[in-house]
Formats: sequence, C-alpha cells, structure tokens
Amino acid sequence: MSTEKKYTFKDFKSDQEVRWCPGCGDIAIMNSVQKAMAQLDHNKEDYAVVSGIGCSSRFPYYMNTYGFHGIHGRAGVLASGVKAANPKLSVWQITGDGDALAIGGNHFIHEIRRNIDVNLLLFNNQIYGLTKGQYSPTSLLGQVTKTSPYGTIEEPFHPGELVLGARGTFFARSIDNKVKETTNILIEADGHRGTSVVEILQNCVIFNHGFYNHIVGKDVRDDNQIWLEHGKPMIFGKEKNKGLVIDGLKLKVVTIGEDGITEADILVHDEKEENPTLHMALINMQHPNFPTAFGVIRAVKKDTYDSLLEKQIEEVKAKSNILCMDDLLNSGETWTIE
Amino acid sequence: MAKKIIEVDQVVVKFAGDSGDGMQLTGTQLSNTAALVGDNVSTFPDYPAEIRAPQGTVGGVSGFQLHFGKTVKTPGDFADVLVAMNPAALKANAKWIKDGGTVIIDIDAFTEKNFKKAGCEEDKLKNLYEGYNLIEAPISSLTKDSLAETGLDAKSILRSKNMFALGIVYNLFGRPMDHSFNFLDAKFGKKPQIAEANKKTMRDGFNYALAIQAMPSFRIHSSQIEKGKYRNISGNQAAAWGLLAAAEKAELPLFLGSYPITPATEIIQEIAKRRDLGAKSFQAEDEIGGIVTSIGAAFAGNFACTSTSGPGLALKSEAIGLAVITELPLVVVNVQRGGPSTGLPTKTEQSDLFQALYGRNGESPVPVIAASTPSNCFDYAFEASRIALEHMTPVLLLTDGFIANGTEPWKYPAMADLPKIKTKLISKNAKEYVPYDRDPETLVRPWAIPGMEGFEHRLGGLEKMDKTGNVSYIAENHEVMSIYRDEKIKKIADYIPEIEVEGDKDADTLVIGWGSTYGHITTAVSQLKEGGTKLAHAHFTYINPLPRNTEEVLSKYKNIVVCEINMGQFINYLRMKFPKFNYEAYNKIQGLPFTVSELKEKFIEVAAK
Repeated sequence: MSTEKKYTFKDFKSDQEVRWCPGCGDIAIMNSVQKAMAQLDHNKEDYAVVSGIGCSSRFPYYMNTYGFHGIHGRAGVLASGVKAANPKLSVWQITGDGDALAIGGNHFIHEIRRNIDVNLLLFNNQIYGLTKGQYSPTSLLGQVTKTSPYGTIEEPFHPGELVLGARGTFFARSIDNKVKETTNILIEADGHRGTSVVEILQNCVIFNHGFYNHIVGKDVRDDNQIWLEHGKPMIFGKEKNKGLVIDGLKLKVVTIGEDGITEADILVHDEKEENPTLHMALINMQHPNFPTAFGVIRAVKKDTYDSLLEKQIEEVKAKSNILCMDDLLNSGETWTIE
Repeated sequence: MAKKIIEVDQVVVKFAGDSGDGMQLTGTQLSNTAALVGDNVSTFPDYPAEIRAPQGTVGGVSGFQLHFGKTVKTPGDFADVLVAMNPAALKANAKWIKDGGTVIIDIDAFTEKNFKKAGCEEDKLKNLYEGYNLIEAPISSLTKDSLAETGLDAKSILRSKNMFALGIVYNLFGRPMDHSFNFLDAKFGKKPQIAEANKKTMRDGFNYALAIQAMPSFRIHSSQIEKGKYRNISGNQAAAWGLLAAAEKAELPLFLGSYPITPATEIIQEIAKRRDLGAKSFQAEDEIGGIVTSIGAAFAGNFACTSTSGPGLALKSEAIGLAVITELPLVVVNVQRGGPSTGLPTKTEQSDLFQALYGRNGESPVPVIAASTPSNCFDYAFEASRIALEHMTPVLLLTDGFIANGTEPWKYPAMADLPKIKTKLISKNAKEYVPYDRDPETLVRPWAIPGMEGFEHRLGGLEKMDKTGNVSYIAENHEVMSIYRDEKIKKIADYIPEIEVEGDKDADTLVIGWGSTYGHITTAVSQLKEGGTKLAHAHFTYINPLPRNTEEVLSKYKNIVVCEINMGQFINYLRMKFPKFNYEAYNKIQGLPFTVSELKEKFIEVAAK
C-alpha cells in the first residue's frame, strides 16, 4: 500500500489519556512505534493494532489507528484473524511476557509456525505488572515476587528460543529506551513478510525496576550489549575491541589484538542464514559470560500464511466450476420432482 | 410358496456391523436411492466414538438407520429390517427391531469366536431371534464366491460384503441399483476393477434375495412430494451452506475459525472445500483460537463464524463475551452432544441450552436459535447470520448430533428466493463515525472496518463509554451500556416470526419442544390425532428472544408438556419467563432421540388429565 500522505508521529496519537505509570518503558516503546509508522509507507487507516491483556495491551487505546484490545493471551489469534481476513492491513500485535508466553503460549508458537504476516512486539519486563507483581514465564529462577516469596523454582523461557523452536522467520531484540534503534528495528520488522517477533526489554518501574540494569547501566552497557547488523562483524565493547568467534560448537568472546586475534577472525552476522544454529547461540548469550544480543538476529524468507491463503483461493477459483451459491446448491447429485 | 409381500407406507431399515464394515456407506447408498425415486427419507447414523473399536465387540458396532416412504419425519423408532453383520451388531440392536421384523444376519460371522467377542453365548443370542423372521444369509462366503474369479486378494474381496448386503435390501424394497452403480463408477474411476467387483457383488446380493423364499418383499406406497429441486443433505452440511449463503447475501467474505470436534467437524470441512467461493476456513490450534481468529476477522470486516460442540463452547465462552461487548457480528454454531465434560461425543443431547443462554461471565446476552431438522440447519444458519449481521451481535445457533449427522432430501432454494442481508457497514462517505451511536429503533451500532479512511477507532473488552466507545469506568455508564446490550437483544423479537401452533390449535393440551425433537413430536402428535387424541404442538426455534406471542400461546392451554433431550432446561427457562403457567416435563437423557412411541404414551397420559 503506497501512499501520498505524509505523517508525523503525532498523527498516531489518540485523544485518550495515557495511563501507564510515569517512567514506564511502554511509553518509550509507543514513541518508537509511532515514529516507525510515520516513516512507513502505509495509509493510517490500514494499520490495525491489536493486543491481549496486561499493561502493554492497553497500547491500542493510545493509538489513533484501528485498534482492538482483546482478552488475555489471545492477541496472537486476534492478530491472525485480522490479517487472514484482510491481508492488505499492516497488523501490529502488542503483547507481554505473560500474555504471549503463559496464557497465550500456545497461540504464540502456532502464529509463528504459520508465519502470518504480523509485527509481534513482545514487551518483556519479566513480571506481571497489571496484577501487581507476580512472576512471569520469563522471571529469573529464584526471583522473589508476590507469588514466589521464597524465590521461583521455575526455569524461565527465552522468547527467542521459542521463536526459533517454532521455526520462526524473524527475531529481533531491543530495549525500551533505545528509541532510535527500536524504530529502525520496527521498520525492518514491518518490511519482513511473516511473523516478525521483536522482543523489547521493558522496564517496569513499579514491580521489577531496573531488572535489566546489568545490561543497560551506563557503566556496563557497552561491554554487555552487542548490536548486530547484517553483514557486519560481531564487535562490541567500550573500545570496540571485543568480538565473537566460534570455538568448537560454542560462541566465545575474544579481544582483538590479543592472542593473535584480528578483526578478520570475528564472525560476520548473517540474519538471512536459514540454519538457525548460530542465531540460537546469539539469542542464548547471557550475562556475565556474554554480552546480550540486540538488533535483528534472524530474518529469513518463507511464504506467509496469508499470502498462501490468497494464492490458494485464486488457484481453486480458477479451476472450480462452483463460483456462486447457486452453483453449489445445484452441484453433485440433485433431482427434480415434477 | 410365493414370497410374502408386505404393503406399507414406510419402512425402517438398519444396517449394523463393525465400524470398519462400511455400514455408513451402505446406509447412505440406500437413502440416496430412496430419495431419488421420490421417497421421503430420514437417516440416523449411530457410530462409536472410537475410529476402529475392537472388532466384533458391542462397543465397536456402527449402525445406520434409515426410514423411507410416505410422510417420514424421523429415522423411525424400530426397524422393520435389521441387517447385522456379526453377533455384536445383533446384540446391540435386538431391542430396536419391530415385532415380527426381518433380521438378516451374515451367518458366516456368527462363529463361536464372534459370539465370545460379543460377550454372549450362542444359545442366549438365539433367544433374541425369537419372534423375528430370521434370515441366515452366508454373506461373507457368497461374496467370496462371487469374486473368486476376479484375482482380487482375500481382504479386498471381503471388503465388498457390504455391497452384497446392499444388493439384498435393494431387492427387498424394490429399489433400483443404478444409482449405486453410478456412485461406484465415480468412486473407483481409476480402479475400474474394484468398481466392477463391487457392482457384481451387489448384483449377486440382489439375485440371492430374489431366490430366497424366506425373504419378504416390501411394497412401499408412493409418496406425494412437493414439486421442486432436491438434494440430500445432512445438518452439518446444511449449516455450513447456510453460512455460505448468508455471506453471499451480505456481500461479505466468509471466515470460519474453528477446531475439529465431534460432532461438529463437518462444518469446517465443508467450509474448507469452498475456497472457490472465497471462503476462508482457519483451523486454529484450539477452540479459543477458533473463535478469537473469527472475532479478529469480524473486526476486519469479514462475515465471521465459528463451529464447535459442548466442551468447545465452554472454552469459547470468554471470547463470546468479547464479541458481546465489542458488538461485532459473529455466528457460533454449537452442535450439542452428550455431556458433561467429554461425555458422549457421538451421541445426541439438548443439554447445552443453559450454557448457550448463560454460560458467560457478566451480563452477557446472546440471541440463541435452534434448528429442528437436518435441512433447516440451512435456514437457521442463514437466520443466525442475518441476526448477527443486522443486529451486530454474536448469535448462538444450536443443533445437535442427531440432526447434524442425520440426512434427508432437501428441496433447496434458489439464491434469488433468499432475502438480502443488510449489514450495518457505514457508508464510506459518512461525515463521521461514532462507534457506539445506536440506531434508536434497534439499538444497533454502526460498523466501520480497518481500511476505511477517517473512521479509525478502538474496540476492546473493557467497558465502553456510551457513543464514543472509549474506555469508561463511570458507574452510571456501565448500567446504561448493560441495559443497552440487553435491550438490543430483546428488540430482536420484533424482527423474528411469531410462533405458530401446529396440530389441533383448540386442544386442551399443548406439547412444547425445541430444536431437533421436531420430527418425533410432530409424528407422535399426528399419529395420535388419527386415534382421536387432540393435541396442540408449539415448536420453538427462536429461544432468545422468544417469539413475541409466546405468552399468549401458552395462556390458551390447560396442560403444557415440555419435551427435551436433557434434564429440563427449556422448561425451567419458560418457568422463569412465564411463571404463571403449569408445565410438565418429559425428559430423556440416554444420548438418543425420543421414540415416537414413548412420546405417544406420554401425550395420552397428559391429554387424559
């Protein structure tokens, strides 16, 4: 859908008062989404923003687009229905770690498996916010919350791992307050045909404040984040002298200039590689041994459910002699009583 | 000795065998042929929940009953002819044979081993034969002889034995084999050898019956059938086609999000075939996914539907509430089965009425309508769609396993004869769009869909502010909106027909039924009329709202008996709505429809009061 219209991010703000807590990561993410939409080539009326339940799922109410606030866990199927019904729309699914990975876990993996062309923004704050502070499927093992006063005894999900396990075609990771980077990732996600999953680490200032400080803190962020770019070497660190190499079957952090390592030894990011092995390793990199990977980690081409559906309809129509209900009613075995 | 010739108006025949014996196919062939020669036909497939239950056991018996001839409205209570392919099939059906009826058994399968599998001793089973005209036909061995020369392997040969049985009954009832021959030619188009083998077996079965003196010959009086174009249809197929027809009349694409569940699965299967009509079936990962994709599709401007059965409806209840508060058109087809929980998946029941009416959180009114015959599943699916689209609401259409799987000849309409469905889509030239700005007459809100410029708006499960549809926690507004939602559904009564009383309108006793019990009740009422018992019959298909003349109708009768295949749900609904009348309940909860004879017995008792 190309458009003559030009928008600014303000065109995407609805007249409703934003009711997230002051300082909530959701606000920054909304800015990124509105900035991305202003740059994208869709008409405003062709956006549909849908969500499930949770703090982040209030998002559609604040957008001056078509929007639908669904029920808990069902954002994925709501988005799938909208897109399958009208593939011309640009569908944005807003969901949280509880909505997408607990109550909606089943829909999450199946949506990705079908590769429905939806931009899926997973706000990951590792906590239940709207119910006031219970652990979520991404809360860390041992995390103390209202429903785990002695610490959780559950292993968390890594959302990206699920995406790859469900044979996903697109996975990116960002941070709420990185508006410029997030905006660019969202533009890439929208351009990708298929389920584009963007995990955004999102701070809950009330119930899990600073959970990501070991990654985003001013003094550590350069050493603990690696921003991947397709075709570029995987280099990071304050001095831009650290990099990733393959050591046996594992990734390893090395320092350029030490032990004879040169820039040529550093892995080059290939988001289009179909084999998910390296993407999986990048997704699973964890503090303190590794930096956390951000940017577009995987973006591979595959047919989408919605395009295959349209194609199948055209193909069947072209071959069938049933093109209206009267044809159907009169098809097969019928007889006339005179 | 000449053959016994039995003159009848109609005949009931039942085929019973192992679930792999092809009984459903055999029954379908006879019913299609009967319909083609102008009989009234009603069928009732009765099969186990297991795909291939242990061979030869009673639990594994698959049956197909059909009733054909003059004025047939039910699949019949008792069989004139039972074809039993093994001892288990006979044991399972012995109590459903008419006194003096004919029982044709495949004597080759009545071995000691099979008696044991059926859980009965040979002698005991023989007691069951008493009073029947038993024909011990060596169906298996004659099928083997028939096909000995074909070079087919033993397994393939034996698979044709159902065609031998079919040949026998074609002879019994004087019905032609041509239709089945054509069917076999088409089915085995690429394997003419198999088609020929099946045809030969059928012919040999026909000739065998001709030769056996003990085989009676039925002369079925011809029917007077309304002129028109006919086809056979099952309730599930009819429901699916009704939805397709509604989509065409509303000029919207059809979307059906669903998940396979017995006995509703054929609905999504039918829609899945119809890519040629642009229909989108979406097989979701679960029941909730089925309905929520549909709600998404409704939001996006398709005519959206979902199909399910009891346990699935339970899973969908939260989402139905979402469609209630967002006031989007949606049809939910619920093919009822025996419950609770998994219950009796392949058996029929009318026990989801309360779930349909009340099975949601909050004040969540939904129109409920119920089809009453296999073919009128088309009409009521169309009606459910009309109400959903013209009144912007989810609508629950109830059918059940009995009419969903049952088939009958259907005088099908031309699309030109069906009314246009006027959707509430706002004109794209409208000056503005106010999502909850209701029509003062109907209280229906307008519909704008993504892609329409300038009408961007947000819907959702949080309470809506009157008019704007924005989120509102204002106390008084919640009451206003709750009343609007309730009144909107009540007002639908002005857009549905009044209930018409059948039978003797001026009788003292009113028989009430709803949904799939229509055929049995109307047959019982008309048979009693011949004997001088006067009864009125009111059959409800619109359950919520009820027809606007309901109270007036009820007030005319001294006795009211409400018949249902449940523990008494509709009767309690009537008691709540119209407490001043006395109602008597007549219920059955065996996973089976009523029989005409048990209804007659009850009606005589009530009418005598």
